[in-house]
Amino acid sequence: MPRDTLTGSRIRERRVMAGLKQSELAKRADISPSYLNLIEHNRRRIGGKLLVDIAHALGVEPGSLTEGAETTLLATLREAASGIDMSEAEFVRVEEFAGRFPGWAALLADNQRKVETLQRSVEALTDRLTHDPHLAASLHEMLSTVTAIRSAASILAEPGDIEPEWQRRFNRNIYEDSARLADTSRSLAQYLEEADSEASETNAPQDELDGVFQKFGFHFPALETSDVDVDAVATELGQGVSQAARWLLRRAITRYRADAERMPLGESADTVAVSGNDPFAFAARFGCDLASAMRRLAHLPEDILPEPVGLAICDGSGVTTFRKPLPEFPLPRLGAGCALWPLYRALARPMMVHVEVMEQSARAAARHRGYAISQPTGPARSGEDVLFESHMLIVPEPKRDVSEQTRHVGLTCRICPHPTCEARREPSIMVASAPRKL
Amino acid sequence: MSKQVLLIEDEPNIIEAISFILSRDGWTVKTHSNGADAVEMVKERRPDVVILDVMLPGKSGYDILRELRDDPEINGLPVLMLTARGQTKDREIAERAGCDAFMTKPFSNADVLETVRALAAK
Repeated sequence: MPRDTLTGSRIRERRVMAGLKQSELAKRADISPSYLNLIEHNRRRIGGKLLVDIAHALGVEPGSLTEGAETTLLATLREAASGIDMSEAEFVRVEEFAGRFPGWAALLADNQRKVETLQRSVEALTDRLTHDPHLAASLHEMLSTVTAIRSAASILAEPGDIEPEWQRRFNRNIYEDSARLADTSRSLAQYLEEADSEASETNAPQDELDGVFQKFGFHFPALETSDVDVDAVATELGQGVSQAARWLLRRAITRYRADAERMPLGESADTVAVSGNDPFAFAARFGCDLASAMRRLAHLPEDILPEPVGLAICDGSGVTTFRKPLPEFPLPRLGAGCALWPLYRALARPMMVHVEVMEQSARAAARHRGYAISQPTGPARSGEDVLFESHMLIVPEPKRDVSEQTRHVGLTCRICPHPTCEARREPSIMVASAPRKL
Repeated sequence: MSKQVLLIEDEPNIIEAISFILSRDGWTVKTHSNGADAVEMVKERRPDVVILDVMLPGKSGYDILRELRDDPEINGLPVLMLTARGQTKDREIAERAGCDAFMTKPFSNADVLETVRALAAK
């Protein structure tokens, strides 16, 4: 419900913006200037025809005069005000402020939110300093040693006679303590350096997992034999990555091994020799689901395939959980890709296979055929929803004139030049001239 | 008879330096390096001033101070706390636990001497 307590303030605001005198607006709306004055100071309720007349005279929508400011905006502004010692009289004018200066109010609210975010990260960092046991112990050790050195040194430096025996003792103490200080500070510097490089190299466990696959390739001969110890392979491949990434890696190669068991390398090679990079042929030959067939193709050694294939897997939230990019079909490292990819469209129609020829508009228009299917992640259970994940196999498509329709897709919105895309979720940095719609 | 300071601290070279400057000023300095039985030691020695480090093996300086303050026999004893962390939080904890003075490492000898003198004169 519109709050008419502020309609007057908005009329005044719009009138001043339009450069109209009170008397002029009163004349156009066919009321007395003193009555308009009362309205503008929110001392007379206004609605119905008069409101429409005044809005017309001002050349604005009547709704813009009665619309209350957004609840969230007001809540944020109140939050900002609660941080300072604001008088009650000023505090209750928050709606008036938001109504009369929407732009400034939005700016203030935005800043308030930024301040909150920064406060949280500062707290997290402080937590780390306070609760990191190694850091705390090292600092304590250093400060204790420095204290001992300072005390002993100032005893020696101060005027006055000190017996030679005491002099020798304090000299020795300083010598020992300074050696200790050197050791502690060296180990602290090393610790901080390692902590720093850890933070900069590993943004997310998923990134680390991608890194392992990129480093070793996507085919693991060790996982192709039946007597393989999956744990041992996971340990070997997961050296130097975080605990969380090891967990992801173990899950990925367990799946790899299950696929390899159902589709042994030798028979897989035979199938490729007959039908090429065709996931349907794999599914038919081994009697398995299409998603497993896609994964198997993506993990076969590249020299037995007619050409390398790519694969993307995302969960029901659209977050990529596996990425094997191709030179001409890159997959974004962070965040999701283009909403037009069959990968995401498949999520809307589970179990239906989407096959589409795509051209990435940002690339030199190389063509790829995408096969996508969204499948349940686990077995069906009575009366329970199942979770879905989507697979998309990416196969290079020769560029010959085919009657099949080609879909123009992007990589991510920020670097996609497609000007009139309905799937766009953020502006592109490639089209500087694109109009900024508010 | 000279006044007595009990220094409860586990860093030997700090013990040596503080003992030296206080002794030179005419104090009798007793030292103790373990937190676990520090309260008993205070009751036994009955010093005029206690210098108490926060980080001690066995028991923290804060806990020792609280126990001293809860004991009616010795709860008026002046206590100077030493800590290697100068955060406001630590000072607050120490003050709430009832310390009379608070110093962060590294401190200067002159400050320690001055504070101990002031506490004994109270």
